[in-house]
Amino acid sequence: MSLQLKIKKGLDLELAGKVESDKVEKVVIPDHIAIFPDDFPGLTPKLNIKEGDPIRKGQPLFHDKVHEEMNVVSPVTGTIKEIVRGERRKIIRIVIAVDQQNYDKGISQSVNPTDDESVIKLLMQSGMWVIMRQLPFGIIPDPQVRPRDIFIAGFDSSPLAPDFDVLLKDKVNLIVAGVELLNHLTDGKVYVTRRRGSRMPDIPGAEMIDIDGPHPAGNIGTAIANIAPVNKGEVVWTLSTITAARIGTMIRSGAIAPTSLVAVTGSEVKHPEFIRTLVGAPLKAILEGNLKDDDRHKRYISGNLLTGINVGPEGYIRWPFYQVTVIPEGDDVAEFMGWASLSPSKMSVSRSFPGHFLHRLFSPDARIKGGRRAMIMSGEYESVMPMDILPEYLIKAILSKDIDNMEKLGIYEVIPEDFALAEYVDTSKLELQKIVAEGLEYLRKETE
Amino acid sequence: MKALRNYLNKIKPHFEEGGKLHPFRSVFDGFETFLFTPETTATSGVHIHDSRDSKRTMIIVVLALMPCLLFGMYNAGYQNWLAAGATEFPFWQIMAYGCLAVLPTLVVAYLVGLGIEFAVAQWRGEEIQEGFLVTGILIPLICPVETPLWMIAVATAFSVIFVKEVFGGTGYNILNVALVTRAFLFFAYPASMSGDKVFVSSDTILGLGHNLPDNFTGATPLGQIATATGGDIAVTDIAGKAITSWDMFLGLIPGSFGETSTLCILIGALILLVSGIANWRIILSVFAGGAFMAWIANCFATPTYPASFLTVQDQLCLGGFAFAAVFMATDPVTTARTTVGKYIYGFLVGVIAIIIRTYNNGYPEGAMLAVLLMNAFAPLIDYCVVQANINRRLKRIKA
Repeated sequence: MSLQLKIKKGLDLELAGKVESDKVEKVVIPDHIAIFPDDFPGLTPKLNIKEGDPIRKGQPLFHDKVHEEMNVVSPVTGTIKEIVRGERRKIIRIVIAVDQQNYDKGISQSVNPTDDESVIKLLMQSGMWVIMRQLPFGIIPDPQVRPRDIFIAGFDSSPLAPDFDVLLKDKVNLIVAGVELLNHLTDGKVYVTRRRGSRMPDIPGAEMIDIDGPHPAGNIGTAIANIAPVNKGEVVWTLSTITAARIGTMIRSGAIAPTSLVAVTGSEVKHPEFIRTLVGAPLKAILEGNLKDDDRHKRYISGNLLTGINVGPEGYIRWPFYQVTVIPEGDDVAEFMGWASLSPSKMSVSRSFPGHFLHRLFSPDARIKGGRRAMIMSGEYESVMPMDILPEYLIKAILSKDIDNMEKLGIYEVIPEDFALAEYVDTSKLELQKIVAEGLEYLRKETE
Repeated sequence: MKALRNYLNKIKPHFEEGGKLHPFRSVFDGFETFLFTPETTATSGVHIHDSRDSKRTMIIVVLALMPCLLFGMYNAGYQNWLAAGATEFPFWQIMAYGCLAVLPTLVVAYLVGLGIEFAVAQWRGEEIQEGFLVTGILIPLICPVETPLWMIAVATAFSVIFVKEVFGGTGYNILNVALVTRAFLFFAYPASMSGDKVFVSSDTILGLGHNLPDNFTGATPLGQIATATGGDIAVTDIAGKAITSWDMFLGLIPGSFGETSTLCILIGALILLVSGIANWRIILSVFAGGAFMAWIANCFATPTYPASFLTVQDQLCLGGFAFAAVFMATDPVTTARTTVGKYIYGFLVGVIAIIIRTYNNGYPEGAMLAVLLMNAFAPLIDYCVVQANINRRLKRIKA
């Protein structure tokens, strides 16, 4: 018997540029890829390689300074083309020239974990550990802490997000393998969420949570907050079924999967589609020939419109490697008295815009559409956050760096993505995700 | 529009750092963002934002106040005609008269308030904020039509500076700015804020209207009741005719400029609720609280407190009660911010307004003071609601 969860608060954005067909017709193997250490929060990178070195799939690129066995591995075979550094020699990205014939031929792990310790070691060495996250803080799990529970998100409800039923077609056995392994690592339960009505079957060894309702129904934080919230001192691990399937692949074959199925979405994309490409592929290769030629400035996002990263036309697909979105930037638009507009193409939750009543797909640009203000309206954030959290008060506690109140108001239960919709609807246009991220970072430094 | 945009782009450098018009940067900024939606795009977090912003919010409130303003104009003229003993009421002349009666107050409130806002925005190096667009129209609506302009100017300056700007500007004020303006006038110049003369415009304006004789009396119904003796609470209009409940609802009675017509206030409420700007919980609970207290008062009616004889319905229609419920108590910055808090806040506003009005003969009207009092208590209400949330979290750890 699965758990049932109905989400009422939230918002599904009706946007143009969703992938309609679930066929994968294109495979793109680019000549280079890039891996970003910033995609692995909580890890301090120490390089294992230098420029010009040959690299094989599954071989470590860098490891954590503290936990030396925690590797980030190369998803392909090739050569280290460039290590790009920024201020204070911080590693920005590692660019790998792909051996386009043999990119998939790499090293294998010997998989025969005997006890929990060897399971942890296997996950860390194979590069699977770093694609999991933990609450609190939304960082890579601390290998020394046994989690209370493990939560696995079985769908993504973000705007234009791909259907996991497509991404994980024929991979249920891999998820099962992943869940089986993860069950060794917690004394609590392994939960798997799924959208009510999804094709995903029950996973043996996991407690299924059937969720119904608008975004953020798919956010793992929503499930945790409503099923078993994180208290101070507790740790739960979070991952998606895609990550679970990657772990499953490694267990079954000893090798990691170099490719990822990517949904190419957004209103500036000619034909939204699924393509199979390498992890870390450049957006140029993914989007080639598929952008609208409308002379508009474009914004290239790795991920979805609420939590993705603005990577620019020269950017790469970043963790978690399954969605790319392109929308108009909008900085070339001079909109006359937009605040008085009655245009039906304006997207809003406010009933003062006619567009609110129309069932149509919107193509918004990236303008913040107003000026930044102090928090004026109340109740806006709550209306899209299905958690027992008082977001305004938590944000104020973070802004005033009041650790005591942050803890009391539940900062351990949230990560920035939980505030994404609130940031979208905010009339005061505050950068809520940034505020939460900085607050978590501050809290982590202060409590370490 | 392109030409205008290009022109703004051309003159913009003059207002930036080092330009010769730099002292007017906030003014330029204000007009530029008024004319064109800013081109700022998201730099962190979400890549798309909802189309609504605080300009939209404020303009909807201004729109919702329009029925009250227009009705106020008509009523100002109507009262003048009525006091002069007229039997015919030419609509456009009356409207023109009312318009001229309120216009100076409106202009003074905006000039003083916006002037201070622009200066402060310039001084702080911030963008000009829209809050005063609403405040500036509220001030004439809640004052008697005969309030001298210099008093409006002094009171507006006082409350914009000491209630809003010293706390940090729009979004940080504890008390409702428009209501403090009214309260300042009420306590500083009581003679000009109450009595039987101030609520009716008594002079001709640009040849329109009538010069009223000195002996006319145009007290508001609540004013008449407060000074009534015994159990007799018959209220009359200027012409000496009895005022019915229907008159009180429609609003052709003496009173503060925009507050008299419950009908127009309800139209405004409809606009605010349909657009989702005002919080229905607050409006509902203010009326609930007012009705509850009026019912109690009516059950124990006593000649000592003549207003206690008023029916629930008359209590809610008279004076500034409905206006306070719809436009004052719902000011998002100064109300309780938590959902549960809003119910408590609204209910107490309603209860206290009727208590003051009924049981304090010195103050014929209590809505203004009730909202200000609850503004001061809103953070306390929120504190309790927040503590409840914190306690739930603590209990979870113990369990």
